Amino acid sequence: MSAVAEPYAFAISPCGGLRTRLNGAAVTLRPSGALWIEAARMLVVADLHLEKGSSYAMRGQMLPPYDTRDTLRRLQAEVVAAQPDAVVLLGDTFHDRSSEDRLARDDAEGLRALSGLTRLVWVVGNHDADGPRRLPGDVADEIAVEGLILRHEPTPGRQDGEVAGHLHPCARVVASRGSVRRRCFVTDGLRMVVPAFGAYAGGLSIRDEAFSGLFGRPPLCGALGAGRVHAVGWRSVAGD
Amino acid sequence: MADSPASPPDLLPARFAAWFHDRGWSARAHQLEMVARAREGRDALLIAPTGGGKTLAGFLPSLIELAQRPPANAPRGIHTLYISPLKALAVDVERNLMAPILQMGLPIVAESRTGDTGQARRQRQRVKPPDILLTTPEQLALFCAWEGARLYFENLSCVILDEIHTLHSSKRGDLLALDLARLQQFAPNLRRVGLSATVDDPDVIRRWMGYGRQADTHESVALVRGPGGAQPIVDMLLSEGKVPWAGHTAKHAMDEVYEAIKQARTALVFVNTRFQAEFAFQELWRLNEDNLPIALHHGSLAAEQRRKVEAAMARGELRAVVCTSTLDLGIDWGDVDLVIQLASPKGASRMVQRIGRANHRLDEPSRALFVPANRFEMLECQAAREAIAENRFDGEPTRIGALDVLAQHVMGCACSEPFDLLALYDEITSAGPYRDLPWEDYEQVVDFVSTGGYALKTYDRFRRIVKTLDGRWTVRNAETAQRHRLNVGAIVSPAMLAVRISMGRGRAGRKIGEVEEGMLEMLDPGDTFVFAGQVWALVAVTGTEVLVSPAVNRDPKMPSWGGSKFALSTFLAKRVRELMYDQEHWKVLPADVREWLEIQRDHSLIPPADDLLLETFPRGKRHFMVVYPFEGRLAHTTLAMLLTRRLERMGAGPLGFVCNDYAMAIWALKPMDGLDFDELFAQDMLGDDLEAWLAESFMMKRAFKGCAIISGLIERRFPGHEKSGRQVTFSTDLIYDVLRRHQPDHLLLRCAREDAATGLIDVARLGQLLERISGRIRHSPLEHLSPFSVPILLEIGKERSPGGAADMILAEAEEDLIAEAMS
Repeated sequence: MSAVAEPYAFAISPCGGLRTRLNGAAVTLRPSGALWIEAARMLVVADLHLEKGSSYAMRGQMLPPYDTRDTLRRLQAEVVAAQPDAVVLLGDTFHDRSSEDRLARDDAEGLRALSGLTRLVWVVGNHDADGPRRLPGDVADEIAVEGLILRHEPTPGRQDGEVAGHLHPCARVVASRGSVRRRCFVTDGLRMVVPAFGAYAGGLSIRDEAFSGLFGRPPLCGALGAGRVHAVGWRSVAGD
Repeated sequence: MADSPASPPDLLPARFAAWFHDRGWSARAHQLEMVARAREGRDALLIAPTGGGKTLAGFLPSLIELAQRPPANAPRGIHTLYISPLKALAVDVERNLMAPILQMGLPIVAESRTGDTGQARRQRQRVKPPDILLTTPEQLALFCAWEGARLYFENLSCVILDEIHTLHSSKRGDLLALDLARLQQFAPNLRRVGLSATVDDPDVIRRWMGYGRQADTHESVALVRGPGGAQPIVDMLLSEGKVPWAGHTAKHAMDEVYEAIKQARTALVFVNTRFQAEFAFQELWRLNEDNLPIALHHGSLAAEQRRKVEAAMARGELRAVVCTSTLDLGIDWGDVDLVIQLASPKGASRMVQRIGRANHRLDEPSRALFVPANRFEMLECQAAREAIAENRFDGEPTRIGALDVLAQHVMGCACSEPFDLLALYDEITSAGPYRDLPWEDYEQVVDFVSTGGYALKTYDRFRRIVKTLDGRWTVRNAETAQRHRLNVGAIVSPAMLAVRISMGRGRAGRKIGEVEEGMLEMLDPGDTFVFAGQVWALVAVTGTEVLVSPAVNRDPKMPSWGGSKFALSTFLAKRVRELMYDQEHWKVLPADVREWLEIQRDHSLIPPADDLLLETFPRGKRHFMVVYPFEGRLAHTTLAMLLTRRLERMGAGPLGFVCNDYAMAIWALKPMDGLDFDELFAQDMLGDDLEAWLAESFMMKRAFKGCAIISGLIERRFPGHEKSGRQVTFSTDLIYDVLRRHQPDHLLLRCAREDAATGLIDVARLGQLLERISGRIRHSPLEHLSPFSVPILLEIGKERSPGGAADMILAEAEEDLIAEAMS
């Protein structure tokens, strides 16, 4: 145990999410995989990977072309439910550099409509380093809010207050009846990695090397269930 | 078989007659008849028992034709194509075929080609084809997707399909039938020959292998029957005359099994699952004081190791091999004189096939020994014995070709040469399983191959196949064709991980085999398990490798058996129910089983064969309902899933269920005695309830993955092509969820549903059951459990949760966290 041994405290919120504190700020881990920062009324979603389907289709694998609208519909539902002042798209919002050009007209309209409901902030990631070319919204490398710093890629070593995406955290949760693999939030109370929000975004086990050294103690995992986020201890998480 | 064979001198050229004569043989009637049918240019299906000279009968017409051919200066292309379901069998037959060719000095080149054939030989075979090529359905599909396939096969005269009964009723069979139709286009005079061991209904196979669109196609395929073999001798092993209540391993009888092996020259010990194989192997070696050479053979072992066992067996160095269905088929090993079946055979036809592995001489009977692992299995073994004695076998339904396989084939055709939409339809509907393919389905498949077949038309510019100027369809470019060829085949195996010995610090050593990904879910690092006949401790899982270290003198933590992967055949299940009801028949049963049946009769009841026994009784704080449909674990599990939904709605508060091949038990908070059982088991269960459950079920997702791979929607991962470093898994489940939400009527969802309904949840079987028992449920309300219910109740707690209970697992893990926090 490191010095930050304040016990994990969490409560179930009415939306089925988990309320907890992150570096002092009150946040809710929502069942959709979005993070709600209460005081800032800010909704954070990471790794949408829009147009991943068509990116595969370009190479001859005709995955269903509905991933973008599926992702956007879930995002719209979150905006309607949470009424945020701002939605932070935490990087890798597009799957590749030409994704924006491949957006179906309906989907582009959907994104514009969203920007009418709330402020869109595009934090840029490794897949979409330039931000949107035509779509509305502000572009930022990172955002500081309520003692938290929101950026795409987690910084190695201790980074109190950092909220990042990029790694697509996933946990294989083991219980006596069997095991199940789910997207998850992962946090030690000081920093957090949020799950990928995109319909086609894959997952990386939080037991993977890429997560090592990020947390000061065995982190808590918020695994996404049906309408619920389940708080799962490190002991119940197995490798892939 | 109305036609009588012509007299031998007409049919056998002198050189062949002399060859038979020199060996002290004479050509058998069915061998000559095959020659006669070939002369008429007719397709033929030969049904003959193992050891009946079946393979030679298949090849004889080709050997004669080839021997009489005038010499040529240029290569003439393949004359005869031989297709075997197993790579090993193709290689084995190549060896056997060389004997007559060499002994008669025939100018014939025969070569095998499988996935294991070296690059140089494959190249040479393309440039300079052998006269006879022996290969597998997958290789043929690959051939058909080549540019120039038409030219390569234009002189093809005969195609021989060996062990055709194992091929026809599967997706592999669908693909093979399509490729046969293709070959027939290339070589219109092509003759088709099927070779098969026992089949119940030859017309099903004749219809499958026949060519043309008429419903009576099977008439065009001549049926040739070999001699009936000697009636096999089948005994049952009852350890000290007793049969255990429950269990699947037959551990109780291992001493006697060992004794039987000692008495035999060479024994094959068949089991139904890989775990059972490992277990039996372990047990036999524990008893093996004489150090008998006993080996192990199953599909998870490294290919090299399997080949070693096969070679040792061929050299006559082994006394016994414990094996799964990997050795079901006819590789000729000569010296086997005893077949032991541990646990139940599940079907009479499969059992005859296995028994046929003993004694490849027709005049001597094969010997087999059944070792039932529990009482219901004992009844099943008895029913199977009687069926075999009466020569009655399991029937099979006619198969309708799968559309995901068709998609793969259409893409293959486009990779080979441009196709005309209408001409290809005619070709496809000349293949047995696709005879009734509606044009609309065909169009949908072509659209799928081209753009994925989506209502949202955004992929038109990425088409995989495009229209040429003359209106035909061709593959987009060479790269797309190449990628398709890497993904050919209709076998989808679960993701396999290599098992390697850990060399410390995450380094991997020698490979000892492969395991299915799913098996590992049950193990944590440090856990011990039996694999390749030894006890290992799991060290770590790294990407696609499982690192293990030897664990000595430790009791392995056995992963659950999961029962048998084969369901009891409908035919055999009915015979078991008949046996149970017929008290006169009980005489043949051992005393303890008889007593068990008598107590069941007196205490509860034993219904007539077509009725369903339903028992209710309280036990502990729970109320149980147990039924005995004998329809196999899959159908029972589906039934239980659907019944619990209904019981929930009826307010009975169902808490859980357990199923095996014979019975199903549900327990609930409240008594279920007063329920309207006819309503509970009403056939409309298979309507909305089924749809609602199925859409969410992991079985659909699993089926979808198979269809997505076969149809070419996603690519197989090939060894060496895995991403190195971080394993970001982008699972087909995500694709399934999105597709289901946005286009629920998509072609692949239809395919997945059909696969799940047949293979994974056995809806057809369940449908037949519900129809059979309608109005025939015999309720037996009891004060405590019945003799029949003991085996199924003993399985409670051994079962793992079905995949549908994902959120229950999360909730339980959360409880653990709370317990962790409170401790």
